[in-house]
Amino acid sequence: MSNETGNSVFLPLVMNGTTSSKKIVIDPITRIEGHLRLEIQMNNGQVQDAWSAGTMFRGVEMILKGRDPRDAWLFAQRLCGVCTTVHSIASVRAVENAIGITIPENAMLLRNLLEASQFVHDHVIHFYHLHALDWVDVVNALQADVNKTSQLAQQNNPGWPNNSVSYFQSVKDRLTIFVNSGQLGLFSNGYWGHPAYKLPAEANLLAVAHYLEALEWQADYVKMEAMMGGKNPHPQTYLVGGMAIPTDKNALEGINLAMIGNLRAKMQTGLDFVTKVYMPDLVLIAKYYPEWTNLGGGYGNFLSFGDFPQTKDNQRTDLWLPAGVITNKDLANIKALDQSKIQEYISHSWYTYNGGDAIGVHPSTGETNPNYSGPTAPYTNLDTNAKYSWLKAPRYEGKPMEVGPLARVLVAYAAGHIRIRQLVDGTLAALGLSTAALFSTLGRVAARGIETQAIAEKMGDWLTRLETNLKTTGYNNAIHEQTHWEPSTWPSGTLNGIGFTEAPRGALGHWIKINAASKKIENYQMVIPTTWNGSPRDAQNQRGVWEQALLNTPLAIEAQPLEVLRTIHSFDPCMACAVHLVDMTGNELGSMLVEHM
Amino acid sequence: MKNQPEFDLMEKETAPTIADRMLKRGITRREFLGFCGMMAAALALPRGSEKVIAQALLTTPRQSVIWLEFQGCTGDSESFLRASPSPNPLDGGLEKKITDLLLDVISVDYHETLMAPSGNDADKSRTDTIANYSGRYLLVVEGSIPLAANGHYCVIGGKTGLNILQETIAHAKGTIALGTCAAFGGLAKANPNPTGATGVAGAIPGANVIALPGCPANVINLVATIIHLISFPGVPLAKDSMGRPDFAYNSNPNSPNYMRIHSHCERREREEVEKWGDADHIAGGCLREMGCNGPYTYSNCWQVKWNDATCWPIQAGHGCIGCVQPDFWDKPYTGSNPINTFYAKRVA
Repeated sequence: MSNETGNSVFLPLVMNGTTSSKKIVIDPITRIEGHLRLEIQMNNGQVQDAWSAGTMFRGVEMILKGRDPRDAWLFAQRLCGVCTTVHSIASVRAVENAIGITIPENAMLLRNLLEASQFVHDHVIHFYHLHALDWVDVVNALQADVNKTSQLAQQNNPGWPNNSVSYFQSVKDRLTIFVNSGQLGLFSNGYWGHPAYKLPAEANLLAVAHYLEALEWQADYVKMEAMMGGKNPHPQTYLVGGMAIPTDKNALEGINLAMIGNLRAKMQTGLDFVTKVYMPDLVLIAKYYPEWTNLGGGYGNFLSFGDFPQTKDNQRTDLWLPAGVITNKDLANIKALDQSKIQEYISHSWYTYNGGDAIGVHPSTGETNPNYSGPTAPYTNLDTNAKYSWLKAPRYEGKPMEVGPLARVLVAYAAGHIRIRQLVDGTLAALGLSTAALFSTLGRVAARGIETQAIAEKMGDWLTRLETNLKTTGYNNAIHEQTHWEPSTWPSGTLNGIGFTEAPRGALGHWIKINAASKKIENYQMVIPTTWNGSPRDAQNQRGVWEQALLNTPLAIEAQPLEVLRTIHSFDPCMACAVHLVDMTGNELGSMLVEHM
Repeated sequence: MKNQPEFDLMEKETAPTIADRMLKRGITRREFLGFCGMMAAALALPRGSEKVIAQALLTTPRQSVIWLEFQGCTGDSESFLRASPSPNPLDGGLEKKITDLLLDVISVDYHETLMAPSGNDADKSRTDTIANYSGRYLLVVEGSIPLAANGHYCVIGGKTGLNILQETIAHAKGTIALGTCAAFGGLAKANPNPTGATGVAGAIPGANVIALPGCPANVINLVATIIHLISFPGVPLAKDSMGRPDFAYNSNPNSPNYMRIHSHCERREREEVEKWGDADHIAGGCLREMGCNGPYTYSNCWQVKWNDATCWPIQAGHGCIGCVQPDFWDKPYTGSNPINTFYAKRVA
């Protein structure tokens, strides 16, 4: 039970055999990044309460202490190999903010292009390879009539050529061989035949065909990151002060005019796949699951740091996707972001604060002392009344805030972003829904697709600007600021900086403190998108964002929690990032935070 | 097909073989042999080996794989997904490509990032595979294993990562430690190693492990290793004392297969870059003064490159960070270089 503000009320666990009220555990949650455990209190077939636990920890901030700030991005990048660019950019921005560096325009454009290609790549993979199996019954696809599937494909995905009867026959044959082999691999023990699957067999076969095509498409599309950054995963190209790949029309290796052509060709394959396959499939699937516009909404609070600078990186005055805060679903009253209102709580997390468990601390002066106080493994249940997660609980003005595609799209919508408005209104019209439907699991799914399309379209502009720069006689095609590379050139004194970005999963911030004498990292803090979304309770016992969003989810079969996975996957959890950790054996309270925001 | 007895596709009562599956899907014989040849070359095997590989793939059902991840970033899994990237998928559909080779050659029976079920049903996939394929499945591990706090820094399904690894490695026919974290401890092990992180060999003393380091590991090395294990069972892969296969990580200067990056670097004789974006950088110059670990790193990235040979870090203008070497994260801070950064000028 919960009262109106969402505060949880402890309910006794019923253990004596009735199934009307019981606690279930789902661990591991699969088709995410990293390690997540959910414990759920069921009552009469619905989720009555939920607890989200991050179960792995590495200690990256502790590892960063004492190192050169120019190296930080290399370490931070390895927080996640899925969102493999985002920590790099937040890190170099934090250092650039601390030192006071403005990077050249070509470097800003390259950063936008790398981030944008990451978004497109990441979101398409998420839809097909992480989320789709919650909506698509792979085994049922074997019942499909291939003639009808071909007709469906021509109608649903016009302009996409893989739609012949023989094509779908070949996909169906391949799937049949696979299933009949007895080695179902990734599809073993799936919830095939679950009553909550609603797609007709032809839609299932269409989706399976596209799942396979997307698997091939992504390996090809991501070559953009290799062209710009040497390789994917973990493009090796970010620098404090710019990027490492020369941009010059005469570059032997680098971004020359031929490379611009290669990038444009790859970019087009992305735009094609998004507009002809991903978005139409999203709308098709959504039509069969209308009840999912009433589930998974949660608090209705949203936060975006904004990203994709248009003129100068790190000034944050000209972001193509705006920053902002929305509370209580109120799109008419969007508020400006004030990062000083961010606090992290550890009351239900496996850490201690010197000031005690009840306080919330701003990342710039926080501390992280890991202290595992959970049960001894092997264990059956966590003590969800006490500390139960390696994730901290970030709050904004004391409130839990959702971050990610829905937050970005709603903030952009509320701020009057023309293209986002067009795409949102168009998608809602195609589904016969109002904006109220956005505050839901399906709304989150739709927002992800919408921003993917908007970003895939916008990339062309940045590439054209880069090309124009290369072609303009006398234009300074510098890729690096150059004059502040050596630490001896940095300002004296302790340097504090913040780096913000919007990662595919949401708002991401890095806070750095550089020691005056050594010029090495004294403190490093990260507040991560999935930490916002997947946090445990805070000191006021408010549920975390997806703990709240899971309430009232019906489960047709408790042992096969498909409906819970639908909402969890709509957040696209990235747990390795979220348990980063923050270390601030911070005894320097009161040091100045340099605000360039 | 009458004149090609080696590709006689009689209906098999048992699970179809790898080659059956490929050839039935329309991969041509030429493409199939091309794949075998490519694998033989990647493995640095003598001429004729591609025929042995082809024969093995004709007679082997899909190789069962359990893939475990511990303290990882999922980068090695993502690298795996970049396998055999296709040409434009608009060129006629799935049938003419060999891009799904890996999904036909191996049966990924447990992988938390991609598998359909969650929770108990997911763990059932792991335990069923251990039982039904005992001694016959390959174990792939990514991410380090934390030993401090009795392993509570990584718990999955209520069990420590160490416990899960011990259960699963016990019945594997082979174990691949994929990526530098699983091979040597990687990022989590970097000073001060807050969680007592170590690689598979450190967590399971005496384990026979093939180490494929890299941050992340290069998918070509994973595929080549798996093909070797399928094609030449009982013939151990030539490895060094750290378990790194010779074909990708050879560090013997007298070997024709010497993999030292600097020895093969395309920028080796060129003018050195002094500032990012200067004329020498634009001309593809040597990155020694901008920080490059090429002289101390033994890996085939210069040879096979990344993302279907699209590029590699040095080609894109940034020095090598030595990501296949044990403890590479600490090397700049523990070596003789007083500047203590990846970007310090290197002595060739």
